[in-house]
Amino acid sequence: MPINYYIYLSVALFCIGIVGVLTRRNAIIIFMCIELMLNAVNILLVAFSKMHHFKNAAVNASAGTDGQLFVFFIMVVAAAEVSVGLAIIVMMYRNIHSVDINFLNRLKH
Amino acid sequence: MGITQILFWILSVMALFSALMVITSKNPMHSVIWLIIVFFAISGHYLLLNAQFLAIVNIIVYAGAIMVLFLYVLMLMDLKKETEPAKNRWLKVAGAMAGGSLLLVLVAALRKVDIENGIAETRTGDIGLIENLGTALFTEYVVPFEISSILFLSAMVGAVVIGKKE
Repeated sequence: MPINYYIYLSVALFCIGIVGVLTRRNAIIIFMCIELMLNAVNILLVAFSKMHHFKNAAVNASAGTDGQLFVFFIMVVAAAEVSVGLAIIVMMYRNIHSVDINFLNRLKH
Repeated sequence: MGITQILFWILSVMALFSALMVITSKNPMHSVIWLIIVFFAISGHYLLLNAQFLAIVNIIVYAGAIMVLFLYVLMLMDLKKETEPAKNRWLKVAGAMAGGSLLLVLVAALRKVDIENGIAETRTGDIGLIENLGTALFTEYVVPFEISSILFLSAMVGAVVIGKKE
């Protein structure tokens, strides 16, 4: 497959994630949109690693392994981020009985 | 149009439609289900690119662990009665316009890009197999691997500390 298709797919998924973050007021859905954006980047990393392998396989048989390992590390960081973030959301729900981020502006005062 | 193209378009349409449903469904529970479908479509893309290890890890970690965590939190808090206030319609329009403008700018910038020999090889290549990735992970990348285990430990401790009642 030409790499352009993968670039457009991942750009579209990323923009859908951004629209979700900007328009939804529910903190959990905002978190899910962040996961969506991370996955859009992952698709792009894997596609570029396969393109790199396709170009340089004659020189270096393991060209492109690094890109896929970075996807692995992104998944690790996303899992850690979700566990802490959901703990924060649960604590916020316990305190103000809502997950609407419009109620989170009290840090201003 | 070969089988690879057909699978690519099916998986792409599935991923984009499900992603749109994630941000448009009213019920957060439905959003979680649609997001799981997005992750399965993305795993299908990984399989098509012959990144088998990442496909399996994506299903296990994202669809298996993270989304179950989301479902669990959603079940813990009863969100049925409080729907989102629909008064902020201008905010929604502004957000959609901002995201659409970003999409427009990126597509316009990428339209003229001509990557020489830019083919992502599908259904061949063995760099995505667990043998090669494991060798690289435990030789070149062993220090980041251990650091990520420390990151996991600290995230676990942080989640427990934040979540416990004082």
